[in-house]
Formats: sequence, structure tokens, C-alpha cells
Amino acid sequence: MIETFLRRAKAAGSYTLRTPKLLLGLVLLASLLLLGLLGPAFVDVEKARPISVKPSQPPSAEYPLGTDSGGRDVLAVIIVGTPQTLRMGLLAGVVGVVLGTSLGLLAGYYGGRIDMVISTATDTMLTIPPLAILLVVAASVRTMSVENMAIIIALLSWMFPARTIRAQVLSLREQPYVHMARLAGLNDIRIIFEEIMPNILPLAAASFVGATSGAILAGIGLEVLGMGPQRTPTLGMTIYWAQLYSALIRGLWWWWLPPIIVLIILFVGLFLVSAAMDEFVNPRLRKTG
Amino acid sequence: MSQDIALQVNSLRVSYRSGDREVKAVDDVTFSLYPGERLGIVGESGSGKTTLALALMRLHKPPAYIMGGEAILDGRDILALGLDEMRQTRWSKLSLIPQGSMNSLNPVVKVKHQMADAVEAHERGLTKNEIAKHIDHLLGRVGLPGSVAEMYPHELSGGMKQRVCIALAIILEPSVIIADEPTSALDVVVQRVVMQTLNDVQAQLNAAMIIIGHDMGLMAQSADRLAVMYAGKMVEVSPISSFFHDPQHPYSKLLISSLPSPEEKRELAGIPGSQPSLLELPSGCAFHPRCPVAEDRCRAEIPALRQISSQRHAACHLVEELS
Amino acid sequence: MNYFVRRLIMFFVVVILAATLNFIIPRLAPGDPIGAVLEELRARGASTGGDAEDEIVAAYRARFGLDQPVYMQYLRFLTNTLRFDLGHSISYYPQKVEAALFRALPWTVGLLAISTLMSFAFGSFFGALMAWPRAPAAVNRFLPFFMVLSAVPYYLLGLILVYLFAFVLRLLPLGGAYSSGTIPRLELSFLLDVIRHGILPALSILLTSVGFWALGMRGTMVTVLGEDYLTLAEAKGLSGRRIFFAYAMRNALLPQVTSLAIALGTVASGSVLVEVVFNYPGIGWLLYNALRSSDYYMVQGVTFFLVLTVAVSVLVVDLIYPLLDPRIER
Repeated sequence: MIETFLRRAKAAGSYTLRTPKLLLGLVLLASLLLLGLLGPAFVDVEKARPISVKPSQPPSAEYPLGTDSGGRDVLAVIIVGTPQTLRMGLLAGVVGVVLGTSLGLLAGYYGGRIDMVISTATDTMLTIPPLAILLVVAASVRTMSVENMAIIIALLSWMFPARTIRAQVLSLREQPYVHMARLAGLNDIRIIFEEIMPNILPLAAASFVGATSGAILAGIGLEVLGMGPQRTPTLGMTIYWAQLYSALIRGLWWWWLPPIIVLIILFVGLFLVSAAMDEFVNPRLRKTG
Repeated sequence: MSQDIALQVNSLRVSYRSGDREVKAVDDVTFSLYPGERLGIVGESGSGKTTLALALMRLHKPPAYIMGGEAILDGRDILALGLDEMRQTRWSKLSLIPQGSMNSLNPVVKVKHQMADAVEAHERGLTKNEIAKHIDHLLGRVGLPGSVAEMYPHELSGGMKQRVCIALAIILEPSVIIADEPTSALDVVVQRVVMQTLNDVQAQLNAAMIIIGHDMGLMAQSADRLAVMYAGKMVEVSPISSFFHDPQHPYSKLLISSLPSPEEKRELAGIPGSQPSLLELPSGCAFHPRCPVAEDRCRAEIPALRQISSQRHAACHLVEELS
Repeated sequence: MNYFVRRLIMFFVVVILAATLNFIIPRLAPGDPIGAVLEELRARGASTGGDAEDEIVAAYRARFGLDQPVYMQYLRFLTNTLRFDLGHSISYYPQKVEAALFRALPWTVGLLAISTLMSFAFGSFFGALMAWPRAPAAVNRFLPFFMVLSAVPYYLLGLILVYLFAFVLRLLPLGGAYSSGTIPRLELSFLLDVIRHGILPALSILLTSVGFWALGMRGTMVTVLGEDYLTLAEAKGLSGRRIFFAYAMRNALLPQVTSLAIALGTVASGSVLVEVVFNYPGIGWLLYNALRSSDYYMVQGVTFFLVLTVAVSVLVVDLIYPLLDPRIER
């Protein structure tokens, strides 16, 4: 299994260098990561707290991105908020994909009644509009934290990985080498981990990027509606405050535009990585770009 | 002479190009096809027979390109026709019975519409009613009930689908029919019956037919003449009976001796080695590494397809040319 | 089991599950609807606590049936919900929830369903062209542009569009569904006003979702173009147009239609953000305000309705699908 993994990792590595899409996506994401990591060394993040600076100031040498009406330095808010958003997305992505992959594996490998229960649950959950449920749940949670939000979102985002993985496992189960392993007397656990897992890892990785991206999308949605974490400054909440204090029609563009730009960079980066991974998993899409 | 020829192919060359590499899939192929005649083309997969069929209908897709040669049908070189003229020529003069019959019909359209649109695309001036009657008649000719017209492809069995494809192929009464492994997707019992139907309708039309395949038994049953392809070239063209009784090219000899025969029970010979990759063809005759009688000359010179008797051609240095 | 029967059963299972979920979730939460109302009364200085307040609480509980055991509440909730009696709004008592829903519905359907359908049509067509070898090369140059836009959440793009076209250039209204002060009526001037207000939100949805449809369509189209029936269609001498529409697109659209059902269903819930950003008086706006004011029954009613729209659109597509794809067993 390790050999297969290394071989795949090597193939993925050389593929990265040949694919501008993936490279550009990774560069975009890395730049945001660097912003969060190195930013605190240059900018006083304490100024992300309310009434720590003079409110509603346009960009200047002292405040490169100006200040908001609540007396926060917008650049400091961005530097603090960007890693929070990434953390939430990654956490939700990991939980969602692990949950989805396990359920998909179980349903696909064992089939029968287990499959019926899991598939019905998946299909039903897919029908329920996630944002509506998310809003209701979020509205009933007293204090929202980044972790809370990630878990809530993950519980509503396992269905897509579950469905993809199940379909893949269904076809893998019928492969001759799996039959061989079964005839050779390997037990289910070993077949799952040694024969099936290496083949669904690329797919799981691709759906991890998708799930992370979806989780951030849902999280930002909640935040823009004012239902995100109240204590930590986040990108979405910044947009919410800007909306609430009519920053748009007061011409305070430096308040709402920077978080939107950071978010666009983030989503485009994730999109490029996920599209490149889809092509890696499904080579038929590669040439016709 | 040209009056008697349905299709004359001269020096046809088709290559696959990737980057600056060129792979000759069909290399300098020349043959004539006479009205009412059935020409079988056999060869291992990768020998260029399907590429040849697609190129004759100009249905080959990049990276395949026609690099030269001509195909004279009805006095015109169809390889030089404009796109719209070629579109009109397809099916009205030259029709195809596809290889993957299982998936050759549009799954979401009824059989009758798929047959009718071939007629409508060629402006034959028929009313809807006349077309419907014609379709009903054709289905009867291939042994299907008229109710098939109202069905969708998934409601038909493999043999029925292929019969629909046969009815479809003769709907405009073409002068040439290309059948690309017409029965390879069917089970053995159905194969013979479907092949018989195909032969019957072709004979009634007096159309020329190219049958592509690798089943020597089916070829013996259907073809009048047989052409053998190896690594993109035609290596032997002979009338069917003389081919089976007295194959000329060493490759043909091996093909014949590898066939099981009910009279003499013996070890099947098989052909040693495998067909070379078109990317790295051996020097001289492409068959020489597998040839039991190869000489020095075979490694150096590429043999041309030469006439060896009034009706036979072979491409081998060791076969004596007709003088 | 019969295809239609199976679909219908699935539909009812989803609806009942959704109703149940709707009943459970708000009750799991801390906080209490009556508490919320009381807080509001206190804030207005209308209540000073003590016995009078207890009486109000009891009265409210009785009126909304909260004094009964939970399973009774559940059964009553279920039967009422299935009769589409969604109860009264707490914030705007005695207004009925379904009345508010039906008032908001035309705006959401008008704006979101129309822009989703337009985006589906454009996107699928462009996606099909992108995979078509004989299409003009220029088609593929649009791809990166729409791909990048498809990654951007539409409400963020919406904010930028509002700033540019409504605030800086002052060409279009900032938000709302029609100019304040006008009374909705069937008349050309009002219709034009509505269209003017709809342009920006519709544009932000269209620009960000065309890429999604194009990408999906291109993928299935590439697969279909490799099928044998396409080779045969070309061999038959059919015109390129006929092959493109009747053979290639006709087959490649099938998976897209399933996605459309889900997209149309999520239109209503997806409407929340776009309607909040644009102050658009639709279902999403209604839900948002109900959540802000802890209007229990309104929230329940709207969420149930949202699930219902998804279930209904999936059901409709499931029922239509056999007509599009004869291979589905009926």
C-alpha cells in the first residue's frame, strides 16, 4: 500500500509541475497562508479589536487598508481573519470527507441492507437544502465558535464524498484482483485497506478539496448573514458589519472590498486545485481544455 | 474497365501524428472493388483495417490524417470532395455497418426516426408516409417485424440491433457497403444468421461490400476475395478458395495453418511472436522477424504488392512475380 | 416496484423526514420562543415581570400548544404541516405563515427560477459547443473567464456589481424589488421598474453559475462524442447541426437535467443570501428576518417549504425523466 501511495505521490508531484492550473491554484492558496503566517510580524494584530483605532478612516500610510466604523484596522482584521476561515474550512473538510468516505466504503463494500440505509440517508440529506438547515441550526446555537461552525457544516457536507466513494467502491469490488484477494482468504479489513483504499485515495483527496471549498462557502454564507463566530474577527463577519453599517452607500469601499478580494482569491485557488485534481482522477477531461 | 469498378483505392496512406512523430496506420494500400463483390479484409488488431474503413468514409478523427492517395467512387475521388459533397456522398453511395453494434444507435431516439433522418438528410423527395412504408419494407427484408420501428434501441437484442443497422445501411441503396466487424459483438449462433441476412440484402442490391474482421470462418462463408493486412500494408489479395487452398504470403500460410480443422486433429500452430509496434517497425519487410523463411533481402528491402497470377497479389520477395 | 410508485414513496419519506427534522431542531436548541417574545416586550417596557408576565407566558403557551406533551405537539405539527397549515407568525401575530410565504414566493420564483433557467440554457449550450470539434475556437477562450467566475459566491460578486452600477455609476437601483412608494400592480411602468431592480441580482447569479453548467455539459459532451452512435450519425451523412442537437446534445443533456432539478430546488434556499444583499422581498428575506427575530413558526414554515420545493422539483424531474430517457424502466 505504501509503495502504491509513493508511486501515486510521485506521479501527482510531476503532474503538478506540468499543470499550470494546479500550480496557479497552489500559489494563490500559499499566498493567503503566508499572509496569515507572516502578517502578524509586520502589522499589529491587536488593532483587529473594535475601538482600537480611529474609525472610518480611508487607506493611509498608517492604515494601508483604512479602518472600519467600529474602529478596527481592516488590514489587521484580514490578517487575523484569513487563517480562521482556512482553519474552519480544513476542519470541516476533514471531518466531512472522513465521515463520507467511511460511509461510502461501508455502503459500497458490504452492499445489501447497510447500503440501503446509507444510500437512503445520503439521498435524503442531499434533497434537504443545506443552507436552510444550517441557518436554523446556527440560529439556535448560543455562542458560535470557529470549531462549532466547522462541525455543524461538516455534518451537512459528507453526502457528496459518500456518494462518489460508494460508486467507486462498487466498481472496485468487482475487479479481478479483489476477487483474487477474497479467494486467497484475505479478511475484509485487509481487503479494504490493502486493495481498495489505495484506489480510492485520489478520489477522496479530490473530494476533500471540494468539501473544504464547499465548507468555506457555507461558512462565509453564515457569516455574511451575521451568524458566524462573534468573538473572532472573520472575513464573512467583516462583510456583515460593513453591510449592517451601510458601508456600501457611505462609500467606505476599503471596508468591504478587501475581504471580498481575499475570498475571491481563496475560492479561485481552491477551484483551480479541485479542477486540476478532477482531471488527474478522470484523465478524459484533460485534453479538451 | 472503370465502368466495372465500384470503388478504386490507390496508394491510400493514413497516419497518426502526435507532435513530430508520424505513425503509418495505413501504408500505400491499393485495391479495386467490383459491383456485387464481397471483399474480406483480415488482420490482427492494429493492422490498420478499421482505420482504412473509417478513412474511406472520411470519418477518421485527429490525430489520424489522410496523407495521400485517392479513392475513386462513381468517377470522383471522394478523398478530395468538399465537406458538403462528402456529406451527401456518405450513405447515398457509401454506407457503414458499424463495429460496436451494441452502442451504434442513439439510445433516446426511436428506430424509425433514426432510419428516417438518413433519408431526410439526402433530399430524396419522399413524403413522410413513403419513408415510413420504405422503413417497414426494409425491416421486413432483414427479418424484423414492423413494430421494431416504434421501439427504442435498448428494447432490442444485440442481433436485432445489428439487423436494424443492416436495414439502415441499405436504406439509400448505396453502391458500396463497409461492414466493420459486423458480427463481432454477437454470440456465435446469431453471428451466422445475421451474416447471412447481410449477404442476402447485399446480393439483392448488387452492391459491393467490404467486410472487415478477423474471423477466418466467417470470411470463408461470405467473402469472394480476401485481403490480408499486416502492420498497415496489404500483404496478400486473393480469391477466397485459392487463398485457403494455396496461400502465398508466409503470413497467410501461418494464418491458414493456425486454423482448427475438423478433418485432421492436430496441435494448433499459432504464429510465433507478435505484430510489431507501428512506432518501431523493423527494417525491410515488417513481417521478417516472425517469418520462418526470411532471408537477408527481407531485412533490407520492403517488398511491394505485386501481381503473381491473373487474380492474385502478394507482397513478398520470395513469391514469384507473374511475368 | 413500479418506478412511479417508488418515486412517490421517496417523495413522501423526504417530506415527512423534513417535517420531523423541522420539529426537532428548534426544540433541541436552548432558548424558548416565548422567552424571545417576552424579551421583546420587556425591551419595549410593556412588561415589568411578576404575575402579569407569568399569565402572558401561560396564555402564549396555550395558544401555540406548547403546554401539551411533546408527542401530541409532534402529531399536531405533522398533520397541520401536511395540510399546509403552518401556523401563525409569532412576531406578526395573527398573521398566518403560509400567507407570508405566498406573498414572498412570486419574487423569489421570478428572480431566481428565471435566472437559473437562463443560466442552465446558456451554460449547457456553451459547454456543448466547447466540446464540439467544429465549433469556433473563440468559444473556448470564454472558458477561463466563466470558470473563474463560477468559483466566486454570487452575493460577493453582487456586492461589487451594486457598488459599481448603483453607487458609483448610479445606473440601477441599490436594492429592493421595486421602487419604494410604488404600489405593485399589473402595468407596464411597474413591470419595467421590477425588471430594472432585477437586473443586478439576476446578473450576479447568471455570471457566477453559467460556468458551472458549461463545465458539466462539456464533461458529458466529451463522453457522448466518443460514442459509436455519433460515428454512425456522421456516416449517415447527417448535417452537423442535426448531429449536434439531436444526437450529441440530446444525450449529453440527460445528466444535466438531474442537476437542474437540484439547482431549481435549492433556488429558494440559495435565495437567502442574494435576497439579503439586495433587500429583495422573497422567501430568503422572510427566513432571514424570521431567524433574526426568533419567529419559531415562521422559521419552521419557511424551512419546511424550502425542503418541499426541492422534493417537488426532484419528483417532477423524476416523473419527466422517463420521457427524456426511454431507458429508465417505468
